[in-house]
Amino acid sequence: MTVLRISEARAGEDVLIALSDVSKSYRRGAQIVPVLAGLTFDIRRKEFLALMGPSGSGKSTMLNLIAGIDSPDQGSITVGGENITLLPEAELADWRAANVGFIFQFYNLMPVLTALENVELPLTLTSLGRRERRDRAQLALSLVGLSDRVKHLPSELSGGQQQRVAIARAIVTDPTVLVADEPTGDLDRQSAKEVLEIMQRLNRDMGKTIVMVTHDHRAAAHAKRIMSLEKGDLSYLVEQRLE
Amino acid sequence: MSQWLTLVARNVLRHRLRTSLTLVGLIVAILAFGVLQTVVKTWYAGVDGAVPSRLLTRNAISFALPLPKSYQKRISAVEGVRRVTHMNWFGGIYKDSKNFFPQFAIDAASYLDMYPEILVPDEVRRAFLRERRGAIVGRKLARRYGFKPGDVIQLRGTIFPGNWEFVICGVFDGRDPKTDTSQLFFRWDYLNETLRVRSKAQADQVGLFAVDVVGLDSVADVSQAIDEVFRNSLAETLTETERAFQIGFVKQTEAILISIRVVSFVVIFIILAVMANTMAMTARERLREYATLKAIGFSPGYVARLILAESVLIASIGGAIGIGLTPPVAARLAELSATLFPTLIVSVNTVMLQALAALVVGILAALLPMRRAARVSIVDGLRALG
Repeated sequence: MTVLRISEARAGEDVLIALSDVSKSYRRGAQIVPVLAGLTFDIRRKEFLALMGPSGSGKSTMLNLIAGIDSPDQGSITVGGENITLLPEAELADWRAANVGFIFQFYNLMPVLTALENVELPLTLTSLGRRERRDRAQLALSLVGLSDRVKHLPSELSGGQQQRVAIARAIVTDPTVLVADEPTGDLDRQSAKEVLEIMQRLNRDMGKTIVMVTHDHRAAAHAKRIMSLEKGDLSYLVEQRLE
Repeated sequence: MSQWLTLVARNVLRHRLRTSLTLVGLIVAILAFGVLQTVVKTWYAGVDGAVPSRLLTRNAISFALPLPKSYQKRISAVEGVRRVTHMNWFGGIYKDSKNFFPQFAIDAASYLDMYPEILVPDEVRRAFLRERRGAIVGRKLARRYGFKPGDVIQLRGTIFPGNWEFVICGVFDGRDPKTDTSQLFFRWDYLNETLRVRSKAQADQVGLFAVDVVGLDSVADVSQAIDEVFRNSLAETLTETERAFQIGFVKQTEAILISIRVVSFVVIFIILAVMANTMAMTARERLREYATLKAIGFSPGYVARLILAESVLIASIGGAIGIGLTPPVAARLAELSATLFPTLIVSVNTVMLQALAALVVGILAALLPMRRAARVSIVDGLRALG
């Protein structure tokens, strides 16, 4: 395991996501709480990055900014050459639909839709026909090993299976980047291991760029790179490369 | 079915108990609204059914006071008058005072000629003209009390003293559903001849003259001319169109009608509050789902339309069932109310008002939840508890 400085990490790499001087603060009553202050760093294409840090360190905020579901107070975020901080809300939604796959801690599946329908949901935003949508959703479910659970409602699936459906939903549109916020936080050890292995496979075999926020060192160990964001010194970033 | 419709339909069925209770509330509200509107409309049925060329002449002081029968000849002589008939409100009691139904003493031949909306079979008409104590009863009244031709019934007089016996000659129907068939007509000459014996002061008196005018253009002139004939007499007259007479009659109960109308709208307002609460609760519970949808690329408008469609769908189902139940419930109410409401027919207008009320409830109930779900930031929505 080697520790690299950010400047070294950026040199000569194929950068997919670039955060430049990004600041973000939240209002809590009358108080303004700074979360990120002047953060600059890059994420390379086909990287599997684990973001770690204590609660309140700003790792989820950073993930939200990268995914385009929150906007910075200052600075710019460029993903695949597109400065997403300049996009208006409607275009940002379209950009997310095309480029980002989400994996949430509590799966966030639609409880009234079957596994297949949940996976098919993001495809309804595309111009694909019903048949093709179904085929792609089936394929995504087979990639996460749930071909035999297509007609099950989320309530009929275990936590691990629900998270695998969520992963299938995240990859069905073939997005550029997958963002995962504590994807194993609600799972038992075995299910967590299965989910992380799927994510590893998506990164290794399909070249998906994955940014994962986690508290769990075992989960972070599946990433190619771990970054630790420390509360109180937001400009200071520790980067470790797993070899 | 599109994914969007699937989501809407399944969301409606998600909390079956909650949806069922909301539906029950909606059905009752739309039904109550329809029935109350129908009651108000029925109250005005006499106004709607008034024939424009028919005038009614009554005592100018009050229609409770009679006019001399001798006025009929002088009214007939007024230019523009085609024919005149007369009648008296009888106000008798059949067995018990709770058995109320309208009874009129009429000049049989001229009255039935002037009121073609009362359909009397020829043989019944002949029997009625033949039998001095004869009476004809409307279909609804006959059904209610089981009156049959040949029955002899007794009414106890309230305005005209004594017991009065009548022989039922037959049953009449209405030309259209609005015609009141809860009435009894008997012969004025029977009333008058009996009064000459029992209560001389009440004899040869008439409650109302009905006047058929030659042309619609002359209605106002004829009305004025009739009243002019009796100006400065002991019993001055007031002649007005049948419609104006009915409106005057209805106006006496206007406060009740306004109250009924207000109540019907209050019912809708209450169900709107209930429905809005249901939708607000629903949207609050699903805030994280809406945030998820927005995160994966769906627009705030898509999320808002999900809530609107769910609300409108529930309101439409409740409205449709409520509308469907209104005619049978109104009919049953008409039966139960004896002769108070001779007929309770749900009009197309009322059905449209009910449908509009259901739609408005569905839309208004969704407005605030839609706004909240569409405007909440994705980050805040994802933090919300499911």
